[in-house]
Amino acid sequence: MTLDADKVKKIAQLARLDIDASAIPGYATNLSNILQLVEQMNAVSTEQVEPMAHPLDATQRLREDVVTETNQRDQFQAIAPQVDAGLYLVPKVIE
Amino acid sequence: MSLYRKSLAELAAGLHTKQFSSVEVTQHFLDRIAKHDKTLNSFVSITAEQALAQAKQADAQLAKGSMAALTGVPLAQKDIFCTQGVKTSCGSKMLDNFIAPYDATVVSKCKQAGLVMLGKLNMDEFAMGSSNETSYYGPVKNPWDTTRVPGGSSGGSAAAVAARLTPAATGTDTGGSIRQPAALCNLTGLKPTYGLVSRWGMIAFASSLDQAGPITQTAEDAALLLNTMVGFDDKDSTSLNRPTVNYTASLKDSLQGLRIGLPKEYFAAGLNSDVAKVIETAIAEYKKLGATITDISLPNSHLSVPAYYVIAPAECSSNLSRFDGVRFGYRCNDPKDLNDLYQRSRGEGFGAEVKRRIMIGTYALSAGYYDAYYLKAQKVRRLISDDFKRAFEKVDVIMGPTSPNTAFKLGEHSDDPITMYLCDIYTIAVNLAGLPGMSIPAGFAHNLPVGLQLVGNYFSEAKLLNIAHQYQQVTNWHTQMPKGFE
Repeated sequence: MTLDADKVKKIAQLARLDIDASAIPGYATNLSNILQLVEQMNAVSTEQVEPMAHPLDATQRLREDVVTETNQRDQFQAIAPQVDAGLYLVPKVIE
Repeated sequence: MSLYRKSLAELAAGLHTKQFSSVEVTQHFLDRIAKHDKTLNSFVSITAEQALAQAKQADAQLAKGSMAALTGVPLAQKDIFCTQGVKTSCGSKMLDNFIAPYDATVVSKCKQAGLVMLGKLNMDEFAMGSSNETSYYGPVKNPWDTTRVPGGSSGGSAAAVAARLTPAATGTDTGGSIRQPAALCNLTGLKPTYGLVSRWGMIAFASSLDQAGPITQTAEDAALLLNTMVGFDDKDSTSLNRPTVNYTASLKDSLQGLRIGLPKEYFAAGLNSDVAKVIETAIAEYKKLGATITDISLPNSHLSVPAYYVIAPAECSSNLSRFDGVRFGYRCNDPKDLNDLYQRSRGEGFGAEVKRRIMIGTYALSAGYYDAYYLKAQKVRRLISDDFKRAFEKVDVIMGPTSPNTAFKLGEHSDDPITMYLCDIYTIAVNLAGLPGMSIPAGFAHNLPVGLQLVGNYFSEAKLLNIAHQYQQVTNWHTQMPKGFE
């Protein structure tokens, strides 16, 4: 798969990454090369193979449905870019 | 013998017998960092004040006789582990201002064991790289030749231990990030079985592959540090609940009858012929120790780099979506709306390699491509894991080179991601299978260190450490230090 500039712009937008226009062709080349490398996987048939999500095929551990977290809001908000009255501030979302 | 020439085990013994104090040892290494790190750039943060306070506490415990095995011994943490009150950058501009509100489990275990933290070590940005050149804080230099890379992503960890600015360090390994820098810097590095060391508070790159481990001078030191690092953790959903093992207990076992497998794929085209010679000499040494050699095949190993560059970026694109400029980390100036806030905070906060991997992952997971990429890669991952399963029916340990080449020049591969990715051709399959792997010093090619890789079956860390330790009893590669750092 070769990615052109438009495709790269679309992926960057999906990933919420602002990419400088002058850098787009470089990314298109690099990403296309990586996909070519990746596509070497297609040389092998995997029809009967079970996908492997975890090295030891372990499943997610369950726990009792009880509160385990303590309230650390002040500590967490101390490292936030912008907060007010215990809330995280972002630019206006609804006009 | 000067303090910096001592291993962790020797420092611990000296502290226990009161030959020197923890404050003396700590100050000795802080002085070495001040003297040499301008050349190497291996530290992002030096925590001198806290280190000396911890050392004083350790000395008090040592005086009372209420110490643990490593009480008062200094070490440095890779800057991927969250440390309460001390910056955790993960090598990224995105986290240049990030002070974690808690300690990673690895960090709190080290604290509880009385280890003194000298500082936080430089690394490839978000652990994505094999040369430590993607760090926001600039590249780390290899102490064996400062025009060359130390490897990555735990490049700061490897350079700092190699130059003896710290007697040991932690690292993390997603595709080779402990073993490859250990190889390039003449050190012992161990990536444990997936799930053995808690990932809690270790900033996530590819969650199904990430695993923390020690980077040390000797196998004995790695065993001591592994004893401290492992253990079940409720806070990590993939942590494994296993019986406790004392990793130093079996170091002295004989290797008589050990079955070593040599995968033909690890000695094929692409391997530097001088590196190959060093590896063959090391294997011959194992024969003298009583091991038998079997040729084996890992027929799908050529698919490990392709499968990895789907799985790791896919998981990375998901993990790194949390960096959005809202709750912590970098935020762009004057965002005009919410989307602008996200796009510019991420665009300005991440470096080029991180962006590449996020985009590959985003593409692989996007509608219509999931089966062709992610699902396919997970199936290939099964094939690679099955190769190892078959091999371990016949052999106890797999050996080969850690890296196809010795340390390369700074900048040599930085414009060519593919060449960089192929540095990890022998290490990546081990992460995909979730197996434990080590790299140990095996000699030199063109005056640069060569690492021998040992791969064991699941939970065979004690055996791997025993195999490494026995080799280090009959060779002295691991005691050699780079010139200019005495």
